[in-house]
Amino acid sequence: MTPRPQTLYEKIWNAHVVERRDDGTCLIYIDRHLVHEVTSPQAFEGLRAAGRAVRRPDLTLAVPDHNLPTTPRVDSAGHAIPIADPESANQLETLRYNVAEFGVPYIDALAAAQGIVHVVGPEQGFTLPGTTLVCGDSHTSAHGALGALAFGIGTSEVEHVLATQTLLLQQSKTMEIRVDGDLGFGVSAKDVVLAIIGRIGAAGGTGYVIEYTGDTIRDLSVEGRLTVANMSIEGGARAGLIAPDDTTFAYLKGRPMAPSGEEWDKAVAWWRTLPTDAQAVYDATVRLSASDIAPSLTWGTSPEDVVSITGHVPDPDSFADPSKRAAAQKSLDYMGLTPGTAMQDVGVDQVFIGSCTNSRIEDLRAAASVANGRHVADGVRALVVPGSGLVKRQAEIEGLDRIFISAGFEWREPGCSMCLAMNPDKVPPGQRCASTSNRNFVGRQGPGARTHLLSPAMAAAAAITGRLTDVRELMGDRQ
Amino acid sequence: MTPVRKVEGRAYPWGAKNVDTDVIIPAHWLKTISRAGLGKGAFETVRAQPGNMFDDPRYAGAPILIAGDNFGCGSSREHAAWALMDMGVQAIIAPSYSDIFSGNAVKNGIVPVVLPQDAIDRLVEVAKTDEVTVDLETMTVTTPFQDRFEFSIDPFRRQCLMEGLDEVGLTLARDTAISKYESAVSSERPWLSREMDYAGLAVESAGRT
Ligand code: SF4
Repeated sequence: MTPRPQTLYEKIWNAHVVERRDDGTCLIYIDRHLVHEVTSPQAFEGLRAAGRAVRRPDLTLAVPDHNLPTTPRVDSAGHAIPIADPESANQLETLRYNVAEFGVPYIDALAAAQGIVHVVGPEQGFTLPGTTLVCGDSHTSAHGALGALAFGIGTSEVEHVLATQTLLLQQSKTMEIRVDGDLGFGVSAKDVVLAIIGRIGAAGGTGYVIEYTGDTIRDLSVEGRLTVANMSIEGGARAGLIAPDDTTFAYLKGRPMAPSGEEWDKAVAWWRTLPTDAQAVYDATVRLSASDIAPSLTWGTSPEDVVSITGHVPDPDSFADPSKRAAAQKSLDYMGLTPGTAMQDVGVDQVFIGSCTNSRIEDLRAAASVANGRHVADGVRALVVPGSGLVKRQAEIEGLDRIFISAGFEWREPGCSMCLAMNPDKVPPGQRCASTSNRNFVGRQGPGARTHLLSPAMAAAAAITGRLTDVRELMGDRQ
Repeated sequence: MTPVRKVEGRAYPWGAKNVDTDVIIPAHWLKTISRAGLGKGAFETVRAQPGNMFDDPRYAGAPILIAGDNFGCGSSREHAAWALMDMGVQAIIAPSYSDIFSGNAVKNGIVPVVLPQDAIDRLVEVAKTDEVTVDLETMTVTTPFQDRFEFSIDPFRRQCLMEGLDEVGLTLARDTAISKYESAVSSERPWLSREMDYAGLAVESAGRT
């Protein structure tokens, strides 16, 4: 009897069932656990109170990111500069204390490898295909780009994983999102995922694990795939997967925490068995054509509010559903936008190039190629925040920092920065920000902040012109 | 988690309905790094009112809270249970709870006792002067005045509370199965375990972007 054809998700799931309970829930083994300073303190405290240990410190990796200011971390004498906000300082110090007490591998704020947890995992080779990977953070879905079943968890679950290396879970449904065709000029992975969320809606993936397929996805670099999988959660799916392939293996080979030698060969052999079988069925399938995807951005306060850069601010009356109409009106009021305005006529005050969605080296290269030889418009503040110290170093080797700095961008230290209003990088109330991050929720970048999500190249273009801009116009001469 | 079989002592004779988790612990306390210490922020807005019962010396440190319908509604923050725990509350008596809150309560060793409104009314009276006893073994709430109210509770939750089992504890009880899985995987997928030569230390910055 030939085995039933399985999807990538089912294969990973089945390989991690420790026990199946009568009610259908499964005790699932967790191969990789990333920890950061915000959602872990109570979990470690729970362990301490119960006198428990971390079961598998070797499968755990901690790194601070959310609270860290992105201003220089050491002074000219090489001493660490203290963090001004006492609550942030305390949370960061608590992480250091906890990892030391529980023996958890830790990348310190001052280490070159420090960065946003979802940039660091893949970059260090901690994230591997076919693994289950969790973190107390919803954008853990990013790691699915390497074929890991990766999702965010709450603080109690963080404690559960630390203590037991397992979670009690119900199996999800599967959704295939297939994108085929070549991407047009100026169109990036960010535009692909914005188009996907625009299509399925912010709750379209609820209850599903997405698998991204099709040659458009195949042709993306691992960096681009990370951008796509990162935003799975914005489409409602807890996890998004991309089947591991030669691109994945080439990316991982030689990374510090990836297997090497004989183990590498064994691993690759197993990873090659993971892609979805030809006859396997998904519970739902959505198809997009790459040729329909333009450089895009959001106009409202939900990631599903997507429009082409050549488009206009929608009229709330154009929505048939009354609740959508009301939501659109509320969004436009918050965003300070008038229906019918051309998106390209909207001016920006702030530009943020960074976050776990778009802060990898490719993202910075794309932004730098637009910024090169130009200057940030008067009155616009533009930040470039590399996703990790290694990205920063690589960019400096390539001279991208000099391009940005001479164009009037700020070149910062790695961290979550302006993605969420938790460290000093905030968008002031009422100001408009062109941002490469993943959430445009009310107040996400600061109270009253107005966010437009877009790609790194589009963000750089907005910085240069001072308004939302079709990057293709600035790229015309550089084709 | 400490097993609870019986909670006896003074009880806050509150009886308020629809107490939401924002009232139990306001949002600005969520920046904390600890489950402990949240007692300071518990019922902050109620405590801002002079003569409130939470600052009444008669009830200081009372292990029981008597409340009205729909206790713990609103945001799902586990901090609400942590705050109650930190102020020493080990049992709540109310006609109903939000699902999320009662789950969080049990997870943290707090007994959510459900009794009808007339029992609540009587207990509020008694608690003003005397102690109340919640007994999980006999599933009763009693007073020194021969009051005896029976309650029911989900058997699994009762077991968790009485044996001091939390979800982590329950899963730890499956240790043999987990270890068996681990040893199978260590031969099938040996690359998953990692060297621990840098435990607790900064990882050196080897590598590329
Ligand atoms: S960059 Fe933003 S989305 Fe990513 S982990 Fe940090 S705060 Fe979360």
